[in-house]
Amino acid sequence: MVKHIGLKGSMRLKNTYTIIAATLMITIIIAAYVAWPKAGTRRLIVSTTTSLYDTGVIDMIEDAFEEEQKIDLHFISVGTGLAIAHAERGDADMILVHAPGKEQEFMEEGYGVNRKIIAYNYFTIVGPPDDPAGIRGMDPIGAMETLVEMGRKDEATWVSRGDDSGTHSKEMELWLLIGLVASELGEEPWYFEAGTGMGKTLQIAEEKQGYTLADMGTYLKYGESGLVSLEVMVESGPSLINVYSAIAVNPDTVQNTEFEGATTFIEFLASEEGQALIGEYGIESYGMSLFKPAVKLLETESDPEVTRWIEEAAFFMGSECPPEYRRGDTDLYG
Amino acid sequence: MQGLGEAFMLIMTGDRVLIDITFRAITVSGLATILASCWSIPLGVSLGLGRFRGRQLLKGVFNALMGVPAVAIGLLFYLILSRSGPLGGLQLLYTPAAIVLGQSALITPILVSLVAVTVETVDPEIKRLALTLGASETAANLTVLGESMGGILLSISASFNRAIAELGVALMVGGNIRGATRVLTTVIALETGRGAIPLGIALTVILLGIVGVVNALIYIVQRWVQG
Repeated sequence: MVKHIGLKGSMRLKNTYTIIAATLMITIIIAAYVAWPKAGTRRLIVSTTTSLYDTGVIDMIEDAFEEEQKIDLHFISVGTGLAIAHAERGDADMILVHAPGKEQEFMEEGYGVNRKIIAYNYFTIVGPPDDPAGIRGMDPIGAMETLVEMGRKDEATWVSRGDDSGTHSKEMELWLLIGLVASELGEEPWYFEAGTGMGKTLQIAEEKQGYTLADMGTYLKYGESGLVSLEVMVESGPSLINVYSAIAVNPDTVQNTEFEGATTFIEFLASEEGQALIGEYGIESYGMSLFKPAVKLLETESDPEVTRWIEEAAFFMGSECPPEYRRGDTDLYG
Repeated sequence: MQGLGEAFMLIMTGDRVLIDITFRAITVSGLATILASCWSIPLGVSLGLGRFRGRQLLKGVFNALMGVPAVAIGLLFYLILSRSGPLGGLQLLYTPAAIVLGQSALITPILVSLVAVTVETVDPEIKRLALTLGASETAANLTVLGESMGGILLSISASFNRAIAELGVALMVGGNIRGATRVLTTVIALETGRGAIPLGIALTVILLGIVGVVNALIYIVQRWVQG
């Protein structure tokens, strides 16, 4: 009996060793595979607004850029506020954002350099097709005032991004224009804070049959592909212009950043090829471009009215990037 | 059930993105499980078989830690691996390796607790017998480990299932980067929001499939080990 248990025990001991040895070998092989860096490529981490990400434009730009450059683009999709926080912590090498006020602060605090305005479109207020609040065709201010009134009467719902993003900043700006503070509105039952990206917020608004502020690009993508049935209530105008910028993280302030790669990518975005990619994206699938290229427009002022709107909304000290915020050898500014 | 047919097509045609994400998820979570096993199994065995002060307390701590949410581990590792964090110099944030580390921490308490319970239930006579036959303490413990191999394998598969099914860590330290850190759960959570519903459904089916296959494999290995 004793002998029997002993024999069996030692056999299992042997099995145990076999398993341990096999496992370790597999581990080493897999670990080598995972840890092995792609030969000769550098990693560029870009914190981007959800609108550029949700529309898919960024994936197409990535493919085109990686064909030309030995730089591996890594996009992290977050709201503008978080994108800036990431960059300040050193977790991103550059940001693609659309909140000029926050961008200026970011640069003045010494974190951002080589800003370039790359694209624009418009924000729009969207809502359910039957328009319970009756705001269709109003100007933004009138629409916001009506929405508050109807919301308090329990006739309308508002879904806010609530995530400190560029779109959220714009929304708070619009509430301020009619003398309301967004954080106080958050206490009211008709006002929902989604706390998530643009695509998801549109879907929440769809489910709740509510109104929300969206950028035209994301709205078009979601509307055209049948993900939401919400309709545009308020047409574009100067107060709803939405300007996208690329900003590199300042290598003097934040250590270990991939500054050279960031500048190369910003130059690509501003190049004729990059601008054409941005301008063409969506025409085939949605009948119109989701983002309009801004570089040539600002250089040639081909449309003086829109140029003025962009300058008013997104220029600091009369420039997209004042000379003291330019670093390195770059031909970004003509 | 919009997209179900498309999801089926994606799986049947072996869509490259789908395979890529699936392979990465298995690799990352598998590696995390193996890594966690390296310290969790010895720890679990000594907790289960050892006789030292504070053993019950330590067991209680590990039991309690099983309930730590994945996002909490994700946040912790984000802060540690961030370039301005203590291990920022390694530049691991937003890499598959970061997910491996986070997931291995996440499943450590599960593995330790389950292993401890498993070895405890082995008849104490076996260890005593091994010691009587002249085995060293370590060899005797290994004998017990061999006797409880079935339970150990089950603990490992439970840990792997937890790792591959978690979202918080993968999202926070991985970042859902296309072609680099997208795993099954991050894609299901985020890409469906971008309208990629067929992909989401296909990946969910695959995730369920993996969990099923792993459990089947573990069962087969268990049978083999127990002769």
